Amino acid sequence: MRYQDLTDLALRNLREAILRNALTTLGVAVGVASLVAMLSLGVGLQQLASKRLSQSGLFDTILVTTKNTFRGMGRPQREAESTKPPRPLDEDARHELENLPNVIEVYPQVRFYTEVRFNDKPYATVVAGMPDSSRNSGGFDGMQGSFFSSATADEAILQIEFAKELSSNPNSLVGQFITLRYAERQAIPASGGDTSANAADAGGGFSVVPKELRLKIVGVVETEPAAGYGGIGNARLLMPLDTASTLRAAQVNDLRDIVRGSSSTKVTYPSLSVRAKSPSQVETLEATIKDLGFNAFSLLDASKSLRTFFSVFDLLLGIFGSLALAVATLGIVNTLVMAILERRREIGVLKALGAADSDVQRLFFVEAGVMGFFGGIFGVAFGWLLGRAITFGTNVYLKRQNLNPIDLSSVPWWLVILALVFAVAVSLIAGLYPASRAAKLNPVDALRYE
Amino acid sequence: MPDTQPAVQLDHISRHYHMGETRVRAVDDVSFSVTPGEYLALLGSSGSGKSTLLNLMAGLDRPTAGSIVANGADLAALSPLDLARYRRNTVGMIFQSFNLLPRMTLEENVELPLRLAEVERAERPGRVREALEHVRLSHRIGHRPSELSGGEQQRVAIARALVNRPKILLADEPTGNLDSATGETILSLLRGLQTQLGMTIVMVTHERPLAERFANRLATMGDGKLLSVVETTRGAAQ
Repeated sequence: MRYQDLTDLALRNLREAILRNALTTLGVAVGVASLVAMLSLGVGLQQLASKRLSQSGLFDTILVTTKNTFRGMGRPQREAESTKPPRPLDEDARHELENLPNVIEVYPQVRFYTEVRFNDKPYATVVAGMPDSSRNSGGFDGMQGSFFSSATADEAILQIEFAKELSSNPNSLVGQFITLRYAERQAIPASGGDTSANAADAGGGFSVVPKELRLKIVGVVETEPAAGYGGIGNARLLMPLDTASTLRAAQVNDLRDIVRGSSSTKVTYPSLSVRAKSPSQVETLEATIKDLGFNAFSLLDASKSLRTFFSVFDLLLGIFGSLALAVATLGIVNTLVMAILERRREIGVLKALGAADSDVQRLFFVEAGVMGFFGGIFGVAFGWLLGRAITFGTNVYLKRQNLNPIDLSSVPWWLVILALVFAVAVSLIAGLYPASRAAKLNPVDALRYE
Repeated sequence: MPDTQPAVQLDHISRHYHMGETRVRAVDDVSFSVTPGEYLALLGSSGSGKSTLLNLMAGLDRPTAGSIVANGADLAALSPLDLARYRRNTVGMIFQSFNLLPRMTLEENVELPLRLAEVERAERPGRVREALEHVRLSHRIGHRPSELSGGEQQRVAIARALVNRPKILLADEPTGNLDSATGETILSLLRGLQTQLGMTIVMVTHERPLAERFANRLATMGDGKLLSVVETTRGAAQ
């Protein structure tokens, strides 16, 4: 019999015992729904965690430094990894890194030790430039005040401990002004008024000129995001990266470059942070950067073990979800076995009219498959709703705790396909026994049956 | 009769069952042949083995011993799939209790063998109508069996048996559930098919007078054995 006819007959048979078959299908749907809900929670939590992690910049950022840098901090120099000569981290290198595949952005580390004046009292601190992209990182969640109004604003965000030094009431600092004193590099001999960082190409050294800048305090934050990683210590005053760059404050590597008499009269960076599109691309990107002749460093291992944790977590959730589906499978077996008893005569008639055993078997098989398919569709829908409901409930709770809402469950397309395939496959397995029993029915006995 | 090859040739056919410890010889060493185009009635009391013999000829059952050659093939040696093909294409079958599927319309009931035989969809409506016209029920094509009288239901069953254009029609007590007048109509219809379409008909019945009027030959069975095969006056007249 052709599949179109088989499906016709199967659908017709399913309609004839609509209540029982609908209940069986509902059983499958509940099983699939629990599976989908469990897995969507697993996937959702995983996405939430990796989103937070990538926002933090810890797992998708590669720190690039030149070889032979002072900034090894005791780490062994990995000379053997590349045969290329050390290259300066200048503007050319920055463009080259920006053009690598899967790179979102490349920004320099601007950090310098300096003095800050507030109410005419001096305070020593480390200043760090924050790229505009850090606006969306989790690190500034829950801060007092707001993030920088623009990438070039003369604004500052203070770290809370530093703010406490400045004032007994740190929150009152927002809106006040602070004066930054720093040392500006000026190339020698330079045409006096050059302001572009790239224009410093004239001579063999630079002079250092003390300068001042008034910054408006716009916020107070608990800790510096990604503190300590890639930096020369915790920065306690954060300012927009572009603003910090244009200061051309003397940095740690400037003196070294002078001493070395390196070819570069251009501005070089002590280090560059390269952000990858996702943590999974960090490994290959890191290798590529090393091949270019730079040192590269990332925190890969931590994200790997996190992925392992979530795989196990998904597996456990999947097992609990599958239990419900196993119960639903028994429901299909039961329904089809009942159907054979009820339809003995019909099976006998079909065989007398020339149906082969395989036709009867396939008919029951298709019936099981159709129930599984519809059960799968409804199950995915129910599961999605269940996930939304759990997310909604969680967010109501989080709101009461004054926390930001989260997206707890996620139903990606592969989960939809997987659930449908799984539902149909499980139903077909459930149909194996009833179908073969129906196929083996002796037509003479079946026709005699009243 | 123009065809020399028998329609069905039974050669020392036996069919034994085991019922607990006892062995039941439902059919015991029966040999005879059915001539193409003839109308044969299988007579006998209940339990005489006539229905078992019909089921063997229908390919619904297999003999314990002996051979049944129909349409040039030994049914006992056919694979289950080939036997299903034989049931589908070579024979048509009608039953005492009609065995129409109650939730299907007449059209769907008659179409069923066409689905099994994988006849093209486009061809099916014409074939169904043609079969229903043979039994003069084409005007009730959309009805369900429950809306029909017993005689009409049996006519639908005949249409269903005819739709794949088989050579042999096997009827198991076709008038058993019908009043005598309706029964006669059905048997006339069968005789019409025999004469118009040249079909071979084997009919199991226990109503000897009716069989004598409509069939060409009467084969009588008792205790699983073939007791006699005689020509009727109708058979002798041909």
